[in-house]
Amino acid sequence: MVNLQEVLETNKMVEEQTLDVRTITIGISLLECIDSDLKKVNENVYNRITTVAKDLDKVAKEIERDYGIPIVNRRISVTPIALVGGAACKKPEDFVTLAHTLDKAAEAVGANLIGGYSALVSKGMTTADEMLIRSIPQALCETQRVCSSVNLASTKTGINMDAVRLMGDILLQVADRSKDRDSVDCMKLVVFCNAPDDNPFMAGAFHGVTEADAIINVGVSGPGVVKKALEQVRGESFEVLCETIKKTAFKVTRVGQLVAQEASKRLGIPFGIIDLSLAPTPAIGDSVADILCEIGLEYAGAPGTTAALAMLNDQVKKGGVMASSYVGGLSGAFIPVSEDQGMINSVEAGAITLEKLEAMTCVCSVGLDMIAIPGDTPATTISGMIADEMALGMVNQKTTAARLIPVIGKGVGDTVEFGGLFGYAPIMPVNKFSCADFINRQGRIPAPIHSFKN
Amino acid sequence: MENKVIITVVGKDTVGIIARICTYLAGCKVNVLDITQTIVQGFFNMMMIVDINAATKSFDDVQKDLETLGDEIGVQIKAQKEDIFNAMHRL
Repeated sequence: MVNLQEVLETNKMVEEQTLDVRTITIGISLLECIDSDLKKVNENVYNRITTVAKDLDKVAKEIERDYGIPIVNRRISVTPIALVGGAACKKPEDFVTLAHTLDKAAEAVGANLIGGYSALVSKGMTTADEMLIRSIPQALCETQRVCSSVNLASTKTGINMDAVRLMGDILLQVADRSKDRDSVDCMKLVVFCNAPDDNPFMAGAFHGVTEADAIINVGVSGPGVVKKALEQVRGESFEVLCETIKKTAFKVTRVGQLVAQEASKRLGIPFGIIDLSLAPTPAIGDSVADILCEIGLEYAGAPGTTAALAMLNDQVKKGGVMASSYVGGLSGAFIPVSEDQGMINSVEAGAITLEKLEAMTCVCSVGLDMIAIPGDTPATTISGMIADEMALGMVNQKTTAARLIPVIGKGVGDTVEFGGLFGYAPIMPVNKFSCADFINRQGRIPAPIHSFKN
Repeated sequence: MENKVIITVVGKDTVGIIARICTYLAGCKVNVLDITQTIVQGFFNMMMIVDINAATKSFDDVQKDLETLGDEIGVQIKAQKEDIFNAMHRL
């Protein structure tokens, strides 16, 4: 039987150390909604989402109440819309109608965000893929809850540099359309290398074509719990440090597993995966950067940061893997800048640069995330930053991503407010030297030699 | 079949906390299986393991009533299904 200390420990994690389940995400296949008539596709998509996910909010609330664990977000991911709308959409504006439908459907079922306004173009773009990408600025500007992602590269296929070049331009268009709101819509757009099919986290969630009709994926969090546990082992050896992280990650993930199983049972939808990520929020005590500081760095970004993060990421996985029957998604430590008060402190102290962040993305689960850059950064430079991130993912056989926010009308020294969970960010300086001639080459970068494993 | 719920009470120690909670639980046919309590730095920490299988009220109502009772006594009372603690602390 459980004892008092265990009960108090669990409740302290929730009450004092901001332990929560970050998201229950229902993945919904929209392949059955495909039709050559645009109106019909829109109808099908709306009906399908509002049928499958109708109890999402209700069930999430029940689970929160039963176990006393907050579930911060309810989300939906759908089949990449470039595939769903391909037969019906003749121009980018046609795709935008689908974005509106997703937005309405998400609102109807009480989902905070809906992901999957996406295209998978790691080797080449179909006409539909390109139209969808060109529709992203309008789609994101005219909707509230729709999130968009584009997979630009993979270890197996190389990097689609035509798409990388296009995305630099698209990102600036998104920024420009929301320039009166600090280019905030860029938060809803992310580009990937090796995008996972079952990621529950936004903005990059989509329901991959390898997935079943519907699936429950759950993202857990808990940087505060890890930080608190590490406070107890200051000055101890790496062995003790690693064991502590593993044990804590195990406990946190077990909560996610329980919630996922319950959600699956109550919604009648199979359980997919737990994403065991350390996902920070701007709340005090909910920071991955603070864990790095607790490990022994003055600020995240100091020499040693990459090694500390590599260790943290690995221990989180080792602890979490045994706690869940299926692990997937991104799984690791997230290092967004604006969503992590410790990271913001590092930027403000001048402790961390874009280049150091890039190095850190080699050893953690995602990439350059939620980073505000000057609005006058050229599109080719943005594409260059994206290409670098894609190359890291391609060569290291891991997922990498870029979610950059060029803030129109602002420059280094300014700060942007995104509000709520998204936090605020000081604008970071970008290398001024040009890569235009490199980016303007046509075609793609071939897959690396180690991808030929057959 | 047992339907176990963990009730935790945290707050300033005062006379009659357990009595009042148990009176309420008995009133709605909730069976108390185990009680543990300690006082840490003047703070009252108590855990009850109860079975709500035969309860005359829903878990939802029991939870809300206990919360209200906690406000009256001046302590925090939480009721949670046992599974979350088993999940986290038991293999």
